[in-house]
Order: sequence, then structure tokens, then C-alpha cells
Amino acid sequence: MFSSALRTSFTALRAPTRVSAVALTSPSLAFARRYITQEARNKLQQAVSSTPVVLFMKGTPEAPQCGFSRAAVQVLDIHGVPPEKMKTFDVLEDSELRQNIKEFSDWPTIPQLYVNGEFVGGCDILINMHQSGELDELLVKAGVVSPEEASENTSQTQSQN
Amino acid sequence: MATMSTAPHASDSAAGSSGGPVEMSMRAKLTELLKPSQLEITNDSWQHRHHAPMRAAGGGNGETHFSINVVSEAFQGKNTMQRHRMIYAALSDEFAAGLHALSLKTKTPAEIEQTKQ
Repeated sequence: MFSSALRTSFTALRAPTRVSAVALTSPSLAFARRYITQEARNKLQQAVSSTPVVLFMKGTPEAPQCGFSRAAVQVLDIHGVPPEKMKTFDVLEDSELRQNIKEFSDWPTIPQLYVNGEFVGGCDILINMHQSGELDELLVKAGVVSPEEASENTSQTQSQN
Repeated sequence: MATMSTAPHASDSAAGSSGGPVEMSMRAKLTELLKPSQLEITNDSWQHRHHAPMRAAGGGNGETHFSINVVSEAFQGKNTMQRHRMIYAALSDEFAAGLHALSLKTKTPAEIEQTKQ
């Protein structure tokens, strides 16, 4: 009885490495390779709700380190988002943040835009919304730009066609 | 009499190179998931090979950046975010293995018809 208990505990010691290897290669658990801690999750939740517009990007608005991040910054700039209503996070400065935000948002790429704590999307989505006028609507509804500013921006971009 | 089913076609992977393992894997997964009427995958990695993150990765493996245009009924009733999430979820293995970025254009057949008018 004793020896069988020893055996089971021994196999229990060895089994985890095999089990986790399977788990690591299983497609559905690809994201489970690293669990974001509850503490990190809370911090991110706070970060995305603290300022109306929050952008996770590569580099800074003054010096974007990636074409997609630059495009996101430029689109937000066109819409005249005031600096006090926007916060950016440079994921290149913090590799934990870079991994955590992907798990938090369930989105594999950077940049990532949050408006009033809600995930809006990445660069493609932002550009689509800009072109369709949806981004204007969103920013006005969120109280980030005033309706008059928004219509100014729209007429400016339309005149560029 | 000219149209043969094997004629090269933009979305036909048999025309020229069918792409590397990542591209082929993405094509297979997206075809199965979305049953698309149109699926174009373009490898943009060459354009990004000198960018800092790619240089740091030794130039990447040549399969880091792609553009995907897909037309599928499966997108009906879904907004852009949901469509993108469908694709990202299907390709999570690829992202874990070094895929860096995807530029996505997702349409339903009805939306394509509308833009033609």
C-alpha cells in the first residue's frame, strides 16, 4: 500500500512535464502558455479606464517604432484628440506589458486602442472607422472631441480626396 | 474554350509559389473556417525586413507580415472587430510561432457587390 502510494507520487512528479508539453502544443491552449496575473490584469483594467483614449503602441507618438503604430497615432491626431485625454503606452519599453496586453485584450497585435475602457481595435479597424466616419461618432459620443471639432475634421479630410 | 479549372488565379495557390509553411497553414485554416469565396494572402515580410524588430530577429523567417483579403459569407452579421477576432483565433498558433502582423480586409459577398455598383 505504501509502495504504491510512493509510485503514484513519483509518476505525479514526472507526469507534469509530459502533460504541459501536450498543453503547450494544443492549438486551443496556445494562449495559455502564460497566464496574466490577476494583479497585472487589474493594473491594465485601471490603465484603460483612467484616461478616455488609451493607445498601446510601439514607440511613442513622437517616435513611433512601427508603421502600424504610426498610422494609429496619425489617425487619432487627425481627429484632434487633446493630449490630456489620451495616454499612450510603449510596449517596447516593457515586455511584460507587451505580453499581458495581448492576453488582456485577447488580441495578438499592437497597436491597440481603448476608448473609455472599451477595446476598439487595431490599426486596420481604426483606419476603417476613420474612413467611414465611425471614429468621429465614437470620439464625440465618448466626449473626447466636441461635435463642432468633429465636423471640422470631417470636412478637412473630405477636402483631401 | 479558354477557361480551365487549373488556370492561374490570384487566389489560387498553385500559381507560382504557394508560399512558405506559415502561409500554407494560414490558407488551410482560413479556408476550412470561413469557406471563403475569395482568399488572397500576400506576404509583405520583405517590406519590413529592415525594421528594428525584424533586424533584432535576424531578419525574421520571411513569413512575418502578411496582408489577407477574404470574402466570406461567414462574416455576415459580424462587425469588423468580430471578423478580425475570428481570424486571429484561428491563427493563434502562427502568432505564437513568429507571425508578427496581419493586415486584414474582411468582406461578405454582398458587400463586394455593393462596392461594385
